[in-house]
Amino acid sequence: MASAPVAYSESPARSGTRRSGGADRLAYLIVLGAASSILLITCFLAYQLWTGSVLARHKFGWNFITTSTWDPVAEQFGALPFAFGTVATSLVALIISVPLGLGAAIFLAELAPRRLSDMLTFLIELLAAVPSVIYGLLGIFLLVPFLQNVVVPPLKQALGFLPIFSGPFYGVSIFSASIVLAIMIVPFIISVSREVLLAVPQDQREAALALGATKWESTWKVVVPHASRGIMGSVFLALARALGETMAVTMVIGNTPQIKASLLAPGYSIAAVIANEFAEATSDLYLQSLVELGLVLFAITVVINGLARLLILTTTRGAKQQS
Amino acid sequence: MMRRILSTTLGAALMAGIASAQPINVTGAGATFPYPMYSKWFDEYHKALPNIQINYQSVGSGAGIKQVTEGTVDFGASDGPMTDDQIKEFKAKRGTNILHFPTVLGAVVPIYNVPGVATDLNFTPEALAGIFLGKITKWNDPAIASANPGVKLPANDIVPVHRADGSGTTYIWTDYLSKISPEWSSKVGKNTSVKWPAGLSQPKNEGVAGQVKQTAGSIGYVELIYAVQTKMSYGKVKNKSGAFIKADLASVTAAAAGVTMPEDFRVSITDPAGANAYPIASFTWLLIPEVIKDQQKKKVIADFVKWMLGPGQKMTPALQYAPLPAAVVAKEEKALAKVH
Repeated sequence: MASAPVAYSESPARSGTRRSGGADRLAYLIVLGAASSILLITCFLAYQLWTGSVLARHKFGWNFITTSTWDPVAEQFGALPFAFGTVATSLVALIISVPLGLGAAIFLAELAPRRLSDMLTFLIELLAAVPSVIYGLLGIFLLVPFLQNVVVPPLKQALGFLPIFSGPFYGVSIFSASIVLAIMIVPFIISVSREVLLAVPQDQREAALALGATKWESTWKVVVPHASRGIMGSVFLALARALGETMAVTMVIGNTPQIKASLLAPGYSIAAVIANEFAEATSDLYLQSLVELGLVLFAITVVINGLARLLILTTTRGAKQQS
Repeated sequence: MMRRILSTTLGAALMAGIASAQPINVTGAGATFPYPMYSKWFDEYHKALPNIQINYQSVGSGAGIKQVTEGTVDFGASDGPMTDDQIKEFKAKRGTNILHFPTVLGAVVPIYNVPGVATDLNFTPEALAGIFLGKITKWNDPAIASANPGVKLPANDIVPVHRADGSGTTYIWTDYLSKISPEWSSKVGKNTSVKWPAGLSQPKNEGVAGQVKQTAGSIGYVELIYAVQTKMSYGKVKNKSGAFIKADLASVTAAAAGVTMPEDFRVSITDPAGANAYPIASFTWLLIPEVIKDQQKKKVIADFVKWMLGPGQKMTPALQYAPLPAAVVAKEEKALAKVH
């Protein structure tokens, strides 16, 4: 019951709630500011893409997305081959890297001794830090000759009748680009999936084993489903990187704006064409068509992420309903 | 009295010292093709006049034209002369004319990888157009074989390789093809970036050269300087007079000599007259505004161009660029007076 004046900071009972309330409010505002700045930057980016492509949008309209021509001399531009190349390379890269990455993550989280697992994880995370240009150089000097001399001839002999492996192979192709992308995105899948798998509570595993499951059944049927949200998150992180990857792709994809059924044919991606042609784009329409390509890539990313969210929502809601 | 004189002279010396030590920065941007030469020039110029710093960024001819039009740089550089529309746009935005000043001559050469062929191949204009149009598809096609008697050409497929990034080199190559092939001119045209009818694209000279080295049966085009410095073999091209010419300093200079230079210096010297002229050569230009408001910068730029036309030209052969013909130098020195 001290009525003598005391320093504000020395009377916790009286000033406690007010001071921590003030600090709490400040912290809240700072963090809210940080979060909304991200949102504002994204909206600003979309706005700039929209206004920066006004000439192209007015001239081509929706035809921009359906046309396959890219002719800077006649000033006819269409996004279709680039969108195809971007989506095709990313999809094939995912098909290669997800089983690989998930398998590696399961090995590192569940089966490997802890020390081996830590060391391997460290090396894998180093892979994620290698600059994209290095991957491009490795791609064109090591991977492409390797594919040309060692991998593709027997592949064509065995599976050449399939449309996806038809046609001549010049080294640079959608296939080579997909493999380089797969190597680049696998570290993301491995490191995030491994963390998520390690975070699954030990009692889940023990409960499964106690109910008579084998080690594999416990891993595949209990631990992995428990971590599935995180694993899907890692896959979409990897996909986001694959969609936007520029330098490594442009060195090995062949830079030919065409749509072919064969993976062995050269192609082109949105990021690669923007990187290649932006500096020398001489006319306004040319430049704004490149900006509109950026807008298309932005839209593809938003759509794929939206579908991903929907997928996660429906599967987890289903899982929740089951339990 | 003595003290006053001393202090005034000291003050004046200090002011002069500060004024001369005040570094003057001039910025330029544009063509990548002459970048090695410009880099050396600006470096040497800075050594001669240490307080003058000219910064040049090789961002590409198109970007150079754009930036000088927007006024973000003091001068531009381009491998292809500005079009009439671009000149009008410059006048509208900056309120003055843009002047072209040729600096050096360069050339574009065909490089190839034909299994079993180690000698220099001869290419006719029709052969080059046909190959890049995708019409001539095999190395032992008569169009190529007839120009190379005695050379055993295999039946391999021809794989054309071209530049993926927009480039002055592509501009020069397509300018030549447009001149010698009406079909190329109507179907593809000339630009720093075009819709190639056939073949693979790789970014930069290094990309094209690497792809050609790795792909049997391929043919590409690179700058002469690049081919010489990387010791690549390149082919001969038939000129207007019917001779098969290999690109080198002499034949490139001969190409410039065979053309009358217009007043505004915007000229294409591909496919020129001249017995020894190499057909795929080009000037490269500095783009300088006629009226430069900043008098200091104007002096720096005008002085540099004068130096470039004198001592600068002597440095070009060492880097495999051909110097300007004497008549062009004289004409430029006169035109320099226009910059004010």
